[in-house]
Amino acid sequence: MACESLKGKLDTYLDGELPEQEMRTLDGHVRSCASCSSDALGKLQMKRAIQVAGKRFTPSAEFRKRIEQTIAPKRRSFVFGSLRPNWLLAVAAVALVAFALFIARNASDRSAGQQAFSEIADLHVGTLASSSPVDVISTDRHTVKPWFQGKIPFSFNLPDLQNTEFSLLGGRLTYLDQTPGAQLIYDYRKHHISVFVFQERSLPASLRESFLPPKQLPFNMETWARDGLRYFVIGDASKDEIDRLAALFKS
Amino acid sequence: MPLFPQLYNFAHWLTQDRGEAEDLVQETFAKALNGFSSFQSGTNFRAWMYRILRNTFLTSRTGLRSAPTVSLDAEEDEGPELAVERDTPETILMARCDSEMLQTAIAALPVHHREIFLLCEVEEMSYQEIAETLSIPIGTVMSRLSRARRTLREYLQRRMQGEKVAVGNERGMNYGV
Repeated sequence: MACESLKGKLDTYLDGELPEQEMRTLDGHVRSCASCSSDALGKLQMKRAIQVAGKRFTPSAEFRKRIEQTIAPKRRSFVFGSLRPNWLLAVAAVALVAFALFIARNASDRSAGQQAFSEIADLHVGTLASSSPVDVISTDRHTVKPWFQGKIPFSFNLPDLQNTEFSLLGGRLTYLDQTPGAQLIYDYRKHHISVFVFQERSLPASLRESFLPPKQLPFNMETWARDGLRYFVIGDASKDEIDRLAALFKS
Repeated sequence: MPLFPQLYNFAHWLTQDRGEAEDLVQETFAKALNGFSSFQSGTNFRAWMYRILRNTFLTSRTGLRSAPTVSLDAEEDEGPELAVERDTPETILMARCDSEMLQTAIAALPVHHREIFLLCEVEEMSYQEIAETLSIPIGTVMSRLSRARRTLREYLQRRMQGEKVAVGNERGMNYGV
């Protein structure tokens, strides 16, 4: 194999941007050719050094504060508000009132399953009511998934949403019963749906069981366990849509 | 705030000035907030934010001064970079871990090379994402990136040769004493 013609493609190869067939060809060649392997290693080290050197400038604390003060009043609408004015506030208010009624009615005989549901509902409502609902804002699953690296003790896959009406809005770190997990927020026709992912073995028994949500809350939910992870999908979208999003995660 | 440190780093690289970088980031966030309704759900949010920052920079005084029109010739790919000699900028730099020299080399790149180089190497954007950010075809992304890398390598090689000459002269003087 002519090394010279391949050396010219090393940068694109290391960027992971060659067509699949060429990637495989170069992959095989680099593994067997000492000269190309050495060049690829040198370029890879250079890329790493550039990445370190390129992260050179950090904003000052004063500047960060100034920006936060400037944009704080508009911040809520940045993510959700512009999609539907006052939607967030209305849902949060309705949910909180309904939730308060639910607690008053069922405080004495609430089942463990229902309590678990309410904790998930708490997290969902609390997030939507927050001024910064997501820590990583991106519609790209390949941006959101790596963001969780090093923040949670497990990895999970996000479904491809092509040809669906769901869109990813972002993600955030969350905690349930002192267990860290991932919360992903999806949009479906202006409805916001949370998907929670936790390690099954870290959750209390009540949260490990599949249960039906109580009827008093304006939320639908689906939960299941797979490969040691427990998933919760919750939102005010119809049960069909919640199931549809759940199915995308299960597939 | 989404992407705040990354956008600031990119802005500082473009403007080469702290004050101007802060103004640029502030204006970017203001424009993003005011124009969030123009963001199409399902498209790339990061590319959208960087595009606002970059367009704002290009219309600023510094941007207009530092980003002259890129000639069509300059966009043409000059073909693959061929034989890599043993004593390469990569191997020498790695041996010296010279981050400062790399930073000087990046800063010396023309703006249209610097921005694409940083989006690829530092922000780790895909070619598609870079194309969306800069509103250019993927083919142009590839040729411009290739030229940016070549320019950087040539700069580093010149710097290293210059240093060798300087060290040689210094040694000669010492020997003469």
